[in-house]
Amino acid sequence: MIAALRKEFLLQWRTRAQAVAVFVFGATSLLLFSFAIGPNAAALRQHAAGFLWLGLLLSSTLTLSESFHAEMENRALEGLLLLPVSPRVLYYGKALANTVQLMLLGIALVPVMVVLYDAGTTRIPIVLLIIALGTAGISAPGTLYSAMTAQARAKQTLLPLLLFPLIVPVLLASVKATSLAILGDPMDQSSAWLALLVAFDGIYWSLCGLLFDRVVED
Amino acid sequence: MLANPRFPKLPYALMTLGVVCLLIGSYLGLFVAPPEHYMGEVQRIMYVHVPTAWNWMLAVLFTFGAAIAYLFTSDFKWDARVEAGLEVGALLGFLLCCQGAIWAKPTWGVWWDWDPRLTSTAVLLCSFAGILALRRFVDEPTKRAVLSSVATIIASVDLPIVYFSVRWWNSLHQMQSSPATVSSQFHLPLRLNAFGILFLMSGFIALRARIASQRLSSELAPPPQELVGELA
Repeated sequence: MIAALRKEFLLQWRTRAQAVAVFVFGATSLLLFSFAIGPNAAALRQHAAGFLWLGLLLSSTLTLSESFHAEMENRALEGLLLLPVSPRVLYYGKALANTVQLMLLGIALVPVMVVLYDAGTTRIPIVLLIIALGTAGISAPGTLYSAMTAQARAKQTLLPLLLFPLIVPVLLASVKATSLAILGDPMDQSSAWLALLVAFDGIYWSLCGLLFDRVVED
Repeated sequence: MLANPRFPKLPYALMTLGVVCLLIGSYLGLFVAPPEHYMGEVQRIMYVHVPTAWNWMLAVLFTFGAAIAYLFTSDFKWDARVEAGLEVGALLGFLLCCQGAIWAKPTWGVWWDWDPRLTSTAVLLCSFAGILALRRFVDEPTKRAVLSSVATIIASVDLPIVYFSVRWWNSLHQMQSSPATVSSQFHLPLRLNAFGILFLMSGFIALRARIASQRLSSELAPPPQELVGELA
């Protein structure tokens, strides 16, 4: 497990130029969303959380669709499957690495959101927690679907097509919770949304791990 | 394999029975049953909408079961059923959204509302459409069967979570109609139409699974002997 995780981080470190490009893509999409609303500071602030998560979601498809790129070259995946470990270990290693990468991306996009939409907040720990849970919810099914679409034609189209309907609950809960953190939460509703995120993460981290064996077997 | 079925005429019989039930049920619903007190004539769409909803749920459940069965047995007849269930489920989901929109415009004043039931139907419709697209882009039959079964299971598990999360978010849709909640004059057309769509749907699924099965057996078949001889 540790070795699988080390492999993923090494891969990500060697392709860090791609991570920077994905961040620039995310920041650019945040800039574009403000043009869709117009220069209305109050409205922008109101919708800041939604824009942040949409930007993160769009950028995540770029990260995820590339995530099995190295394994598919020179049939490296078959070599990895010959190792005396369960394929599940490979899945959890990759899903964890993807979560960390998306989390860093989310944390990097928060200042951009604060500057562009004037959506500052003092509840930094809770925002970090939401980003951690939300990106974990995106990357658990995202990693599995990425392994699936890597074996199909037209993978760039298929991944978002399969992933976006699935993560509606994650998007909903993350946006609501982030929004409450920015705009204030007098009724203490955010704990319910956080519980929903935890439940989604729990279900999909276990279910996708179970199903991954069947996806990569020949 | 389903390619050589035991009852070759069964789907046609089911579909005929379904059409007959639907015709009688719709006649009763449109001309015999009294209009509803508050909504008036618009309410008559219930006679197709509610049966479609029940059968849509059955189709989704069937597809989910077939996907699990495929992963456990690796028998291609279940893959054919998954394909049939996905297509019929997507069709019924689409019909459900259209009927709902036609009913909602005069009743709620909007075509669409972000209600849990509407949203989860739409989400599942998108997922099924995505899985059908996935099936077109994987050429190897075994791979295609495994990937679409896995995707079907993941999408079906998502359904209750979507429903639950959207219910927290917003709710407007009325409680489900069932024979217990509607007046007895509405029962007969509602039940007839429900069985009509059930028979029609079963016929569609059986026939579609047979087509999928025949295509699969032609994909999996060894090349014809004379061709092998020519190549050698």
